[in-house]
Amino acid sequence: MILRELSSRALKSLLANCGVRIRTGPIVTRIRSRCGPLVEGLALHYADYTVEDDAGFADFNVAIVRPGGPRRWLRPQIAFEFDGATPFFPLPADQAFAMLEWGLNWCVHFHCHQYLIVHAAVVEQGGLALLLPGPPGSGKSTLCAALVHRGWRLLSDELALLDFGTRRAVPLPRPVSLKNASIEVIRRFAPDAVLNAPVHDTAKGAVAHMRPPAESVRRAAETARPRWIVLPRYQSGATEQLRPLSKATTFMNLADQAFNYDVHGRRGFEFLADVVSESDCFEFEYGDLDRAVVRLSALARQG
Amino acid sequence: MSLEHAQLLLSVLREPEVARSLTLSQWETLIRTARRANLLSRIALELERRELLSHVPEGPRAHFEAARVLANAQAAAVRREVGFVARALRDTGLPVVLLKGAAYLIAGLSPARGRMFSDVDILVPAERLSEVEGRLMLHGWSSAKTNAYDQRYYRQWMHELPPLKHNSRQTVLDVHHAILPTTARLKPDSRKLLAAATAVPGEPQLRVLAPIDMVLHSATHLFCNEDVGNGLRDLVDLDCLLREFGAEAGFWPKLAVRAAELDLSRPLYYALRYADRVLATPIPPEVARAAEVGRPPSWLRRLMDMLFLRSFQPTTSRAGLASIARLSLYVRAHWLRMPPLLLAHHLTVKAFRRGEETAG
Repeated sequence: MILRELSSRALKSLLANCGVRIRTGPIVTRIRSRCGPLVEGLALHYADYTVEDDAGFADFNVAIVRPGGPRRWLRPQIAFEFDGATPFFPLPADQAFAMLEWGLNWCVHFHCHQYLIVHAAVVEQGGLALLLPGPPGSGKSTLCAALVHRGWRLLSDELALLDFGTRRAVPLPRPVSLKNASIEVIRRFAPDAVLNAPVHDTAKGAVAHMRPPAESVRRAAETARPRWIVLPRYQSGATEQLRPLSKATTFMNLADQAFNYDVHGRRGFEFLADVVSESDCFEFEYGDLDRAVVRLSALARQG
Repeated sequence: MSLEHAQLLLSVLREPEVARSLTLSQWETLIRTARRANLLSRIALELERRELLSHVPEGPRAHFEAARVLANAQAAAVRREVGFVARALRDTGLPVVLLKGAAYLIAGLSPARGRMFSDVDILVPAERLSEVEGRLMLHGWSSAKTNAYDQRYYRQWMHELPPLKHNSRQTVLDVHHAILPTTARLKPDSRKLLAAATAVPGEPQLRVLAPIDMVLHSATHLFCNEDVGNGLRDLVDLDCLLREFGAEAGFWPKLAVRAAELDLSRPLYYALRYADRVLATPIPPEVARAAEVGRPPSWLRRLMDMLFLRSFQPTTSRAGLASIARLSLYVRAHWLRMPPLLLAHHLTVKAFRRGEETAG
């Protein structure tokens, strides 16, 4: 079943009781919550996702709950619960959906060591994956949100899952997180993009999420071969420049951005080295989103 | 979660063959409870060792695969870290006596299989403590607690230095001079433990506690420590040690005698009682009888049964009786660690410092 087929009453009641099991790529997460903003956020952003039935296996069990105590009435807060543990400090209640997204990222990068996980956006065209690694502020999510409105398929805006066996990037399409000025930039760039109202004053400033294109969600089982690695850097007013980057520098950057590089030891080193040596590597400075997207799409046409 | 579900983790720990016939929702429960109890990697390696992993459906198998990778990485990291500690202390001429997880790993003992590590623990003679600390500081470790009260708490009352953190590797080292706080009611003599410590083949600088002492330390840690969240994991350590050493000649007859010698009869009594009850550890009846000297009065035993047996129950929720039991045991552990007035003082200081990272 697809989530949008559930009435809002049915969704609310499921979330409040046995939970909703949502499939995102290889991961099934059972989510429970009685928190209003969270129910709305799920209905909006996860409309196209498959809801798995109760007899199946859920990889993670999470809940967004209201902690007890006097704050319940003064300034309501919400907490992310993972099997009864609360790995993060509570946040103001209006950040419920963002907290769920951050929590789900944590579930994956903290536990899924069957993959090499790199902090990178991943998009695909013609079966080939473009990796955009980069720390927060580098503009990878903005670029990723723009690319998926111009013919690229979304694999992830945050977590590149690299499979040791197949040597391919595994899709984990989820809502794309946009911060501060990028929210308006994407609204103008893609007027048909579905974004929620920004939540202000989070640890990352104003945050809004963009619903992933339905086609990316539908094709979440199709993996892609890493082909290009582009380290983006947004620079206000800059003309876009795509400069080849040495394999060694690319490798060090990627290792630095890998969440579980240390866990995999030598095997991780060799895998990452293979990914880098089989990809074309660039650094990419850009100031204008339209032109940046045209420049990167030219890569795909060259194959 | 039904009782049957809560028992699943215990059944698999007792008899891994159970894993041949689990439903998907049972796998889900097993993974959740095992992860919460810090035992997921342990079960992963146990299933692998018994060639049961291929029977696990794909979804849950990925989690065991990930847990296996993590366990191997941790084991390699601890081995490396032990090497660094040994190198830093080489000039002191002291053997490096490893405790708990690092000891199990270096000595190749079964509780190390899939065990998660948060730090390395070593035991040094009290009179060499400052020399050892100085050496470690020269090699890049420094105190992770900078608050004056925390420093005093550890140095005056505890059985260890404030945790040391390595400046570049961020690893944590606990340097103990005893296995219980100076202020605790039970007084095991560290000199006896150090004197009986045994060599590790191929590692001239390293020592581990003698088998019986290792069991007694594990019991002490489990039944006197405030780290109650890891209760079941610690009981699994004990179970593994008892099964492994129990097969060696001379282990069982001396166990209760040595416990009396070290003032640890009470922890040994609890250890044998709960290992048997929870994990069905095989314990010869005459040993259980000999350990009766450590038996508490029956009102206390009933209370402890209630608390400990609940605290070992796997859970995936925050509320419930198990967490109340854990809270009570946490309070009890503090009670055992310090005389009442000192405890009152310590808790007052802690109460005013809520929210910060605090000692103990």
